Amino acid sequence: MTPVPVPDPGPDTGDLLMVATGLRKTYGATPALESADFSIRPGEVVAVMGPSGSGKSTLLHCLAGIVQPDGGQVRYRHQEMSAMPDAERSALRRGEFGFVFQFGQLVPELTCLENVALPLRLNGVRRRPAQERAAQWLARLEVDTVAGKRPGEISGGQGQRVAVARALVTGPRLVFADEPTGALDSLNGERVMRLLAAAAKDSGAAVVLVTHEPRVAAYSDREVVVRDGRCRDLEQEHAA
Amino acid sequence: MSIGHTFLGLLESGPRHGYDLKRNFDERFGQDRPLAYGQVYATLARLLKNGLVRVDGTEPGDGPERKRYAITDAGVTDVGRWLDQPEKPEPYLHSTLYTKVVLALLTGRPAVGVLDTQRAEHLRLMRELTRRKATGDLADQLVCDHALFHLEADLRWLELTAARIDELASEVTR
Ligand SMILES: Nc1ncnc2c1ncn2[C@@H]1O[C@H](COP(=O)(O)OP(=O)(O)O)[C@@H](O)[C@H]1O
Ligand SMILES: [Mg+2]
Repeated sequence: MTPVPVPDPGPDTGDLLMVATGLRKTYGATPALESADFSIRPGEVVAVMGPSGSGKSTLLHCLAGIVQPDGGQVRYRHQEMSAMPDAERSALRRGEFGFVFQFGQLVPELTCLENVALPLRLNGVRRRPAQERAAQWLARLEVDTVAGKRPGEISGGQGQRVAVARALVTGPRLVFADEPTGALDSLNGERVMRLLAAAAKDSGAAVVLVTHEPRVAAYSDREVVVRDGRCRDLEQEHAA
Repeated sequence: MSIGHTFLGLLESGPRHGYDLKRNFDERFGQDRPLAYGQVYATLARLLKNGLVRVDGTEPGDGPERKRYAITDAGVTDVGRWLDQPEKPEPYLHSTLYTKVVLALLTGRPAVGVLDTQRAEHLRLMRELTRRKATGDLADQLVCDHALFHLEADLRWLELTAARIDELASEVTR
């Protein structure tokens, strides 16, 4: 099944897909990120590890352009994200990024099939082709049986697999996953990770995988560690 | 692992030659470490001496590989007792890593570096086992999972220790 063409890696930022340097973010008096460097190559799965409250989610939000950092830079391919107008950043998120959160965040009123088709519909794909592609992705994630059900009627593990299908359906170059197995037991968590890692590899998507669980991080190609809002990127240091 | 008890358990379903027993063992439980023939025949000799197996037939010729072994009633009782008995949990109280961390602190070396280096090494192995799980059968998966959970426990300890390294530093250098 090849629902989506593999994106070409693009010419800029060297062979890196995204590079962030010196990211800072403060919430009131709380420094959530003090100095974070990060980089990821096309198709690479990078685990972001670290204790709870260390700034992992804040890093992910800054990288994805959901939160504006107070300082530092995020470059995605040839674009400096903080310099982009909001509308352009939203378009980038819709077109190039995919998201999976700890609690699927599926739309409760829609069926699972409609949930997965939704990002395509928002990008202007017609209903029929959108639903056909969504159905293929549900099958790829081994949840085709829940296509007609609503999120409230399925298990947590199924919900996360639907969420992974929704994240990948648009053929993103970069997927942000924040504790995607955090609410699941070991067996279901494993299944979600195995399918997420394999599906991302097949479609050529890179994954920023935030997790505090080593067994989840073991699905990555390499890891970075966030401690007290600081994150060193050893790859970047080696390259420099 | 008790090779003797494992042999007895395998023999319970029927007599076997030493070679078949070894092959059976390696396939099911050997993983990356197949038994040496010396180990196989030494184990069988001990079981024979203790009356837990008997020779069930010998092909013409010489040497232990000609013999076929069968489990005795005493052997069946013995393997049953072994299965009923819980394994002693490993207390893990003598940790080389802990020693390294304390020594690093005592000698003014970067202790968090010790922890980080170890974490990277643990994760490297965890990745390898995770890849192996993806291609293996259920038996492979369960064996790899067992190793993965243990490695994960180590990593949690590394993370916890990293979070308390300043506290530990002031204790050990007091
Ligand atoms: N929206 C927010 N408002 C206020 N404080 C926040 C917010 N988001 C995160 N923080 C704080 O920033 C720090 C880092 O949080 P977070 O990035 O969520 O860590 P992690 O994902 O590693 O658990 C924490 O102290 C947290 O309480
Ligand atoms: Mg978080």
